[in-house]
Amino acid sequence: MSATSLPPGVTIPPGLAIAKLPGDILPEVKPKRGAIGFLRRHPTMAIGGGLLLVMVLVAVFAPFLWTKDPTALAPALRTREPSADFWFGTDMLGRDVYSRVLYGARVSLIVGFSVAILASIAGLVIGLVSGFNRLADSIIMRVMDGMMSIPPILLAIALMALTRGSVRNVIIAITIAEIPRVSRLVRGVVLSLREQPYVEAAVASGTRTWKIIFKHILPNTLAPLTVQATYICAAAMITEAILSFIGAGTPPIIPSWGNIMAEGRALWQVKPYIVFFPAVFLSITVLAVNLLGDGLRDAIDPRLAKRI
Amino acid sequence: MWAYIVRRVLATIPVMAVVALFVFSLLYIAPGDPAAVIAGDQATPEDVERIRASLGLDRPYLVRFADWLWDILNGDLGTSIFTNLPVSTMIAQRIEPTLSLMVVTILLAVSIAVPMGVVAAWKQGTMADRAVMGFAVLGFSVPVFVVGYVLAYVFALELDWLPVQGYTPISQGFLPWIENLILPAIALGTVYIALIARITRATMLEVLSQDYIRTARAKGVGQRAILFLHALKNAAVPIVTVIGIGIALLIGGAVVTESVFAIPGLGRLTVDAILRRDYPVIQGVVLLFSFVYVLVNLVIDLLYTLFDPRIRY
Repeated sequence: MSATSLPPGVTIPPGLAIAKLPGDILPEVKPKRGAIGFLRRHPTMAIGGGLLLVMVLVAVFAPFLWTKDPTALAPALRTREPSADFWFGTDMLGRDVYSRVLYGARVSLIVGFSVAILASIAGLVIGLVSGFNRLADSIIMRVMDGMMSIPPILLAIALMALTRGSVRNVIIAITIAEIPRVSRLVRGVVLSLREQPYVEAAVASGTRTWKIIFKHILPNTLAPLTVQATYICAAAMITEAILSFIGAGTPPIIPSWGNIMAEGRALWQVKPYIVFFPAVFLSITVLAVNLLGDGLRDAIDPRLAKRI
Repeated sequence: MWAYIVRRVLATIPVMAVVALFVFSLLYIAPGDPAAVIAGDQATPEDVERIRASLGLDRPYLVRFADWLWDILNGDLGTSIFTNLPVSTMIAQRIEPTLSLMVVTILLAVSIAVPMGVVAAWKQGTMADRAVMGFAVLGFSVPVFVVGYVLAYVFALELDWLPVQGYTPISQGFLPWIENLILPAIALGTVYIALIARITRATMLEVLSQDYIRTARAKGVGQRAILFLHALKNAAVPIVTVIGIGIALLIGGAVVTESVFAIPGLGRLTVDAILRRDYPVIQGVVLLFSFVYVLVNLVIDLLYTLFDPRIRY
């Protein structure tokens, strides 16, 4: 600390040395601000978000990434090994696996994002109603308990067995299978928030219920719900692939990672690359979403991050 | 205590009733005429009529549900539309491979995952911990059939250590039986291992920071005794709970694993039933799996008192 920062009128007597304050000894810490700083503090989120962004770009710009028509048949070019002409080889019908895998990103991402959004909205509404209305709660939670007792993939399979395969039906089936878990999460958060002093104060001062829900409860459910939504997105992408793989999902005409693997299944011992490439893309995409979710969770609740 | 057990057992009845009602109603929630959807695109009007009659679609909804439920309680799960065999017979024929796969997977997963989680918590922040956590994230991200194909390719096709596909009944000897199950069990167990290891680590970290652990350490108890006798015992309740809940993952995964490794179990039965739109079979399998799932979690709930004597009902 220099003499200039002393209060006016105070002078240092000659011969007296003043010790430096720690502020001058310790290097100055500049907290990184803005998006870059945020991502540096949360590397998992940066890696996950980055990978996911790449996949989204691949899905959007698939036609411009040196792909061919993913559904064009070429019987003369059946089951070619990966080469300069066919980067990922060709399948049993001579279709270019590279093009099919790139276009397949569209189905996975659409299903993943749609299910995450729809299940979150439905779960939020059901959870809020359940958390605020005792009668509705006892009925809703019995239904949810029953639905949660059916393993989600089986529930989706049972639903798909009854409808014609389409991307829309796949989204609906997986959403229905995911709703119980989201509702339970939201209900749990709502019930614990209702015990908070500030909510009790709002109730005591006569605030209307809908205002309490929108001003005090809803904003606080969004953080855990967002984290949950990323995990649902990852689970939905895997479920879509499983449904397509066993023939109960996306119709075979549409290239999806599950479909490509289902078609490569018969040949996997001799032509493993048909199964390999979509598998790698699927795994990387799911990993990206999971990392994003872990990063979000750590950013939102650092206490939890240390434990799990 | 007994009052609690009776209450807990009775509490599963409404849950199973909801499951039954839900599985039954799916047929009618689905858009369009269920008989026409099940008959498929190439069906003649006679086919549709025959299916409509066999499903009893001409009678009132609640009457049908009551009849159906009564039949199930008497062990009659209906008749397959495709093979005309009773669904319960078809399930009985396929249950051994699936049961074997599940049991081997659970034993394998628990014996790998719990030590993994314990070591990760003990060596928190070290490379061992990071490796376990990295594996956990990967395990959640790589789908079961991908793990299955990679394992089969490396250990069966390239190295030729284990059979590629198939199933040998346990009646033909333990060794051929287990040989066929090792790869499917690892593939199916990967997510499960990731889940259990993660919870074990989290719970152990919490337990290890408690006072009585410090006391044990202060009086000179060895590290291994602290971890496995003092800490793990007190971390058991959440771990066992997750082992029970995670069985849902195994049931879903079994359907796929059996397809990858050509195991003639309930998963194969389900997949075949989907392709043939044999809805009574799907209904039967879903009901059975849900029943098993509810039952396992009931047993685990009742076991809590064994792991933690502080829990008194």
